[in-house]
Formats: sequence, structure tokens, C-alpha cells
Amino acid sequence: MNGVAEFLDMGGRAAFVWPAYGFTLLVLIGILVVAIRGLRSRERELERFEGRPRREPRK
Amino acid sequence: MHRFANPNRFLRLAAAILPWCSIGAVGFLGLGLYFALFASPPDYQQGEAVRIMYVHVPAAWMALFVYTVVAVASAIALIWRHPLADLVAQAASPIGASFTFLALVTGSLWGKPMWGAWWVWDARLTSVLVLFFLYLGHIALSRAFEDPTRGNRAAAILAVVGFVNVPIIHFSVEWWNTLHQPASVFRMGGPTIAPEMLLPLFLMAFGFTFYFVTVLLLRVRTEIAARKLRVLRLSAFQKAAGAESLPQLS
Repeated sequence: MNGVAEFLDMGGRAAFVWPAYGFTLLVLIGILVVAIRGLRSRERELERFEGRPRREPRK
Repeated sequence: MHRFANPNRFLRLAAAILPWCSIGAVGFLGLGLYFALFASPPDYQQGEAVRIMYVHVPAAWMALFVYTVVAVASAIALIWRHPLADLVAQAASPIGASFTFLALVTGSLWGKPMWGAWWVWDARLTSVLVLFFLYLGHIALSRAFEDPTRGNRAAAILAVVGFVNVPIIHFSVEWWNTLHQPASVFRMGGPTIAPEMLLPLFLMAFGFTFYFVTVLLLRVRTEIAARKLRVLRLSAFQKAAGAESLPQLS
């Protein structure tokens, strides 16, 4: 337990080290999620549209 | 739009390498984090705060690398008008902006305990901030025109002209008196950094690079689908207009 506490404390610099890693994780996961969502939604739209080429285009 | 080259070759290539890139990203980042947080020594001066280096430096490297990708793609778009080149530049830019933002934020978090300051207007920090604004300008400019072709061209010119900032950033710590430390990896005479620290640094850098390629491919695929959709909508609209015998606008 003491080892874990020491590790988390980062030699007294925990307030700087963990936010740095946390921010990095947040931003990287964030962009990835936005990219995947964007791709899925576009490809779904495309499928829908290619299924009915004669219809008048929706907004 | 009529000159939009058949992107199927790109899509096939992307589909083939995407799984490897995501595996590479997860693998290298996982290994990198293990070494960065556990299996590397503290610094004799900075203690455990040195671990911030393992996200700050790779993020900064990516900020420069991605801008180079954007600038090269923009140059190709301007010179050869290859339609995928514009797509790559625009897909890459927000990722690069995010890495720049990360470099600035993690740098601040490192600077406060080490230098006693969240920010200083030294040459390295200022030029990286300028890079961030260049990215934002690039993203905004491409969307600022009604005609996307004009927006792309303006953004491409900005990207190419702004590339001068990249060597300025790299050499800023040599050319000016900076608080930011001089180069300890990419320098004449080789790295001055301990190998036990070089390892997590490069692992994280590779991880970030594979991550970048993964997200880039996803975003380019999305934009290709979006353009396909636009073309289909346009032709469907024209068909509908023709069927109703509306007067043709030339």
C-alpha cells in the first residue's frame, strides 16, 4: 500500500504529473471518439442515400 | 467535384493499414506508459516531475511533424491539384492543433514546478504558441469561403507560408536566450539524454505517430464519404429538376 501511495505522490509533484497525463489521455481519446462517430454517421448517411437514389435529397 | 479522382485505391490502402496502425498505437502507447511511469528512473534534479517529459516532448514532436504533413500536403494540393492532398491537410490539421495544445498545457504543468512559472514569453514557447494559432487559422480559413475550393486554396497557402515557423521553433533554443532547455535529442553530436529515458520517449513518440495515422485515416475516410454524398445529392437534385422540366440555368 505504501508503494502505491508513494507512486501516486510522484515525489510531491502529483499535482503536476497526473493532470499532464490525464489531459493527454482526455484529448487523445476525445479526438478518436469524435473521428469514429463522424465516420459512422457519414457512412450511415451514405448507405441510406445510396439505397434510394431516385428520391429527392433530404437536408 | 468533377475532377475528384476515384478514391477507391486510397480507401483500399486505408482499410489494409488501419488495423495495424491502431494495434501499433495501443502497443507502443501501452509499452511507453509502462516505461514512462514505472520502469524509468527519476531525474537527479527534477525527481519524478521528469515523467511529464514523456508526454510533453512527444506531443511537441507531433505538433511539428503534423504541421509538416499539412504543409507538404498543401504544397501538393497547390502544385499538382491532387484532390486527396487537400483532404489530408484538412484531416490532419485539427489533430496537429490538439498535439500543440497538449504540448503547451503539459509544458506549463512542467514549467510551474521546475521554473516557478506557468508561462514565459521566451522564443520556444512563443513560437509554439504561434504554431497553435497557425493551425487554428488553417482550420478556420478552409471553412471561411462559400466555395470550398477557394477555402482550401487559401488554407493551403497559409500552411505553406507558415512552415517557416517549424525550423524557427526547432532552432529557437539555439538562436535566442531561452528559459526552455536546449535540444537534448535531435542535436549535432547526438542525444545527451540517458538511454533509460530515451526509451520511453521514443516509445511514446511512436505510439503518438501510429495514433495520428489512425485518426487521420478515419477522418479522410469520413471526408471522402461526405464528398461522395454531396455529389450524389447534387446529381439527384439535378435529375429531379430535369424530371419536372424546370427551366435550365446554364
